[in-house]
Amino acid sequence: MSHPTTPIHRAPLSQQHRRVIPTTSPDAIGAQVTVTINGVEAKVPFGATILEAARSVGVQIPTLCDHPDLNVAGVCRMCVVEVEGQRLLQPACTFPVVNQMKVNTHTRKVRQARRHVLQLLLSEHFGECTSCVRNGNCELQSLAEEYGINDFAFGHPEEPLVAEDHSSYSVMRDMNKCIRCRRCVRTCIDIQEVGVLEAIGRSDRVSIETYEDRPLGSVVCINCGQCVNRCPVGALYAKDETDAVWAAIDDPEKHVVIQTAPAPRSAMGELFGLEPGTPVTFEMNTALRRAGFDHVFDTNFSADLTIMEEGTELILRLYKALVLGHKDVALPQFTSCSPGWVKFLEHFYPEYLPNASSAKSPQQMFGALIKTYYAEKLGLDPGNIVSVALMPCSAKKFECNRPEMHDSGYQDVDYGLTTRELGKMFKEAGLHVPSLPKSDFDDPFGTATGSGVIFGATGGVMESALRTVIELVTGEKVESIYDHGDIVPVRGFDGVRYAEITVPKVGPVPEILAHLVPDWEWLNGATLKVAVAHGTANAKKVMDDIKAGGKFSECHFIEFMACPGGCLGGGGQPIPTNAAIRAARAKAIYAEDHAYSVRKSYENPAVARTYAEFLTDGPGGHKAHKLLHTEYTARGRHIPQE
Amino acid sequence: MSAQTIDSQGNALTYATIERDAGLRAALDMTRPDIIDAVSQSGLKGRGGAGFPTGMKWNFCAAEKGDLKYIICNADEGEPGTFKDRVILSRFADLVLEGMTIGGRAIGATLGIVYLRAEYTYLRPHLNEVIKERRKRGVLGTSIMGVEGFDFDIIVAMGAGAYVCGEETALIESLEGFRGEPRNRPPFPAVAGLLNNPTVVNNVETLASVAAIFAKGVDWFKAFGTDKSTGYKLFSVSGDCEKPGVYEFPWGITVAALLEEVGGEGAKAVQIGGASGVCVPAREFARRLAFEDIPTGGSVMVIGPQRDMLDVAENFLEFFVEESCGQCTPCRLGNPQMLKAVKLLKEGACPPKFLADVKALGQTMMVASKCGLGQTSPSAFLSILEHFGDEIHDRAPSA
Ligand SMILES: Cc1cc2nc3c(=O)[nH]c(=O)nc-3n(C[C@H](O)[C@H](O)[C@H](O)COP(=O)(O)O)c2cc1C
Ligand code: SF4
Ligand code: SF4
Ligand code: SF4
Ligand code: SF4
Ligand code: FES
Repeated sequence: MSHPTTPIHRAPLSQQHRRVIPTTSPDAIGAQVTVTINGVEAKVPFGATILEAARSVGVQIPTLCDHPDLNVAGVCRMCVVEVEGQRLLQPACTFPVVNQMKVNTHTRKVRQARRHVLQLLLSEHFGECTSCVRNGNCELQSLAEEYGINDFAFGHPEEPLVAEDHSSYSVMRDMNKCIRCRRCVRTCIDIQEVGVLEAIGRSDRVSIETYEDRPLGSVVCINCGQCVNRCPVGALYAKDETDAVWAAIDDPEKHVVIQTAPAPRSAMGELFGLEPGTPVTFEMNTALRRAGFDHVFDTNFSADLTIMEEGTELILRLYKALVLGHKDVALPQFTSCSPGWVKFLEHFYPEYLPNASSAKSPQQMFGALIKTYYAEKLGLDPGNIVSVALMPCSAKKFECNRPEMHDSGYQDVDYGLTTRELGKMFKEAGLHVPSLPKSDFDDPFGTATGSGVIFGATGGVMESALRTVIELVTGEKVESIYDHGDIVPVRGFDGVRYAEITVPKVGPVPEILAHLVPDWEWLNGATLKVAVAHGTANAKKVMDDIKAGGKFSECHFIEFMACPGGCLGGGGQPIPTNAAIRAARAKAIYAEDHAYSVRKSYENPAVARTYAEFLTDGPGGHKAHKLLHTEYTARGRHIPQE
Repeated sequence: MSAQTIDSQGNALTYATIERDAGLRAALDMTRPDIIDAVSQSGLKGRGGAGFPTGMKWNFCAAEKGDLKYIICNADEGEPGTFKDRVILSRFADLVLEGMTIGGRAIGATLGIVYLRAEYTYLRPHLNEVIKERRKRGVLGTSIMGVEGFDFDIIVAMGAGAYVCGEETALIESLEGFRGEPRNRPPFPAVAGLLNNPTVVNNVETLASVAAIFAKGVDWFKAFGTDKSTGYKLFSVSGDCEKPGVYEFPWGITVAALLEEVGGEGAKAVQIGGASGVCVPAREFARRLAFEDIPTGGSVMVIGPQRDMLDVAENFLEFFVEESCGQCTPCRLGNPQMLKAVKLLKEGACPPKFLADVKALGQTMMVASKCGLGQTSPSAFLSILEHFGDEIHDRAPSA
């Protein structure tokens, strides 16, 4: 008799599906059921919840703990409804419909219960909407309005009960506003498998805490901000650095430049009421200049640079392993441009740090060049340059502050702003982005390629790297191998994707790499095995497979992104997030890629110029190494208490 | 009161007359559907409090496909004023394990787990001893009683002291190593329980009754009790009475008759069903203990005339404020509001609006909470407010 051992997963096994299947009878799978919601008939697939059935006929049911990306919880009880024939109200978010069920969603009893839930939540909610980051975008606030909460029947705290936790570079916690919906807990476990947060204590003493209630800045948090994106209220928020950036802009001594990453451009419009997936790249350039930034650069430039460095590194690793027979070459090579992923690796798989590409992320490469190459070119004192990065990401804030990121002699990037922060600055400056005229990026880094743009979506780094590697190795246009150069197998939203790419022929070694390898013959007919994973729960699957010597350990190159969907689903992006929104943003990014005439990193003239003028010993060379590469810290999971 | 005295007080228990292994032997002569049918015929309803028909529960689980199924004996006995399962486990452990084995046979389970309340750790060696002895006797293990293919074993797992872990889905979470928090239902444990496998959870006494039913027959069992509440039941009697202890009565006994038996005639109220039960005032003592009138898991707390009913309510609510798992809003934040109202009432300082709000909130808690704890925690307070209004509202405001 063998019984399975306890799973490590926190969500009850029976509730790990979005869909609640009330029976395992196979006859029922795929069947339709007919239910009545407020007298209106709804036909839904068997296993649908009341919430889904109600939505299908246009009936809105309020929710708080439910989130489309997460396992069901059924804890807030905001969504309760009356099911005819049952004494108890049932939570619409978890309760499966059955044939002929009659549901009433807004009876007196139900409205009363929802009001009670809200009043109870407010009885321990210390916070003023007018001074809250989520003012105007808060689920508690809107429900309090919808349900006409006009008194605090069960009291209301007059002062904070706990101190805020500002220890992290990225994620701030104000537990006075927490409604214990546990969306953050489920995010951190179900989506990220990091497990930083957990509900501790019982009854009205339940609080969301880290291990031993340590400050977030000193636990295994990877700063991904996914919990922030799913918190319904202002209890979790990304660190706000807009005041510091304004101060720099207002200081006439400072030369303030900003680089903008592709993912925020596909999402900024959402903050101005546009449909998700409406890019505002060039309107935003105008807004940035009007807001007072001296120069506006495109992070795509350094994304292309990253591809050059990372691609070169990969070729070198393969050459050493396959041709020179070195035994100690770490393969597969992992991407390292997602700082959340990097910290995940440092904490949970430190023994695999040699596999991480030493190439810095695009943000940090750009930062290192701005205070060196760019300063030199323009004759500026690097000490007077304030370098800002617009990122979709909260982990980028942590990344700027890593002690090793000072290769220019200064902190390479001073501030990493999230999409949300910059949106706020625009609003404060009266800049309605969608109505502004378009303008281009500034030189000397102006021209970008599509390859850089697609960095913003999961699979994008892989696709860019492959485009460049294929052309460098075959000497042929990638379009002659893949339609439009779209390497479709690595695209999509599956959590883990695997592809094999055969090198059909080889050409001469191009000039830019001539110092590294004598010829490509060793790659003739070779099959490159690559994989893509996004969301660290998926990353963990791949890592565990590698550890076990599975299929992914045979890979040559793996792209890892900490956030679901890649950067476009980053922790600094507009709230809310869900699969449809992320898909719309991805569409915008791939559309922008198609619009570029130059779509391979090595063809980017600004990249070529940078190597020609500044990083003169080429990709992987000494200068490049000093400025564009970095090293990592084996952190492990056991963090000594301070 | 120590274990020894409470275990030996009360009246004579039928379980002492049941021959061990007789029930299992009888059950093994029947087909599996017939076993379930017999349980249904007996009218046995769960003795853990909710009173769900045992035959029906087994049937749901038996209907599920799957090789791995479990039967869990809920020995978490955490309801204040309840100690009858302890008596059964210490004196009739064999019957409980036998009931589990019959259940295992009926639903097709291969493993039984006794989930034992942390405070009962002292019973663990005894239970393990009985299990060992049963294995030796061939009534646990492989090919039980020579029935080819009937393999079933039992292990004991320990609780960690949370009342809510007596709720069957929280119990399962706890067994899986997680925080003891009730799950959403459906799916019910019979469909997706321990490790997502079909699981039956039964109370200690339910399982002992199963053994008795098979040993003595369905008709014998049905001769006790009422039509809707067949059989007999153990009651844990405590409080202001002369002879507290564990008593056996057939279902349907009136509160008055019970009080007479235990020497609690002068009571002004009786709390039936523990902290989560209802408070029955003296003028309703003609009511019956039965699923159709006052259903109960067996706790009877006698409240003497000298007691302040608000103290009683306060005591219960303090218990719930301590024991709520804190998962769902109505219970997590509702109980403290109830408690606040009681404290204000005691001081004679509860604003009428607040009292009205709290009463309405109590109604919400009873229908909108996630599990039985929050669904019942306001009921004692609400029934005290209803029945003892004079005593409560006549209080002078404190200075
Ligand atoms: C808060 C709470 C605590 C409970 N505690 C117990 C308990 O200690 N023992 C028990 O048998 N049932 C307890 N129950 C009932 C169980 O959930 C479940 O209904 C019972 O174990 C089923 O067994 P039965 O059908 O044999 O009664 C509790 C229920 C709730 C809501
Ligand atoms: S979290 Fe929401 S309700 Fe609370 S203060 Fe902020 S905006 Fe207002
Ligand atoms: S930022 Fe990411 S890792 Fe940190 S607590 Fe939030 S979800 Fe978990
Ligand atoms: S921090 Fe936010 S997401 Fe987490 S439990 Fe509190 S309110 Fe919910
Ligand atoms: S009713 Fe109480 S004990 Fe039950 S799930 Fe809700 S908070 Fe937990
Ligand atoms: S949204 Fe259904 S219980 Fe929270």
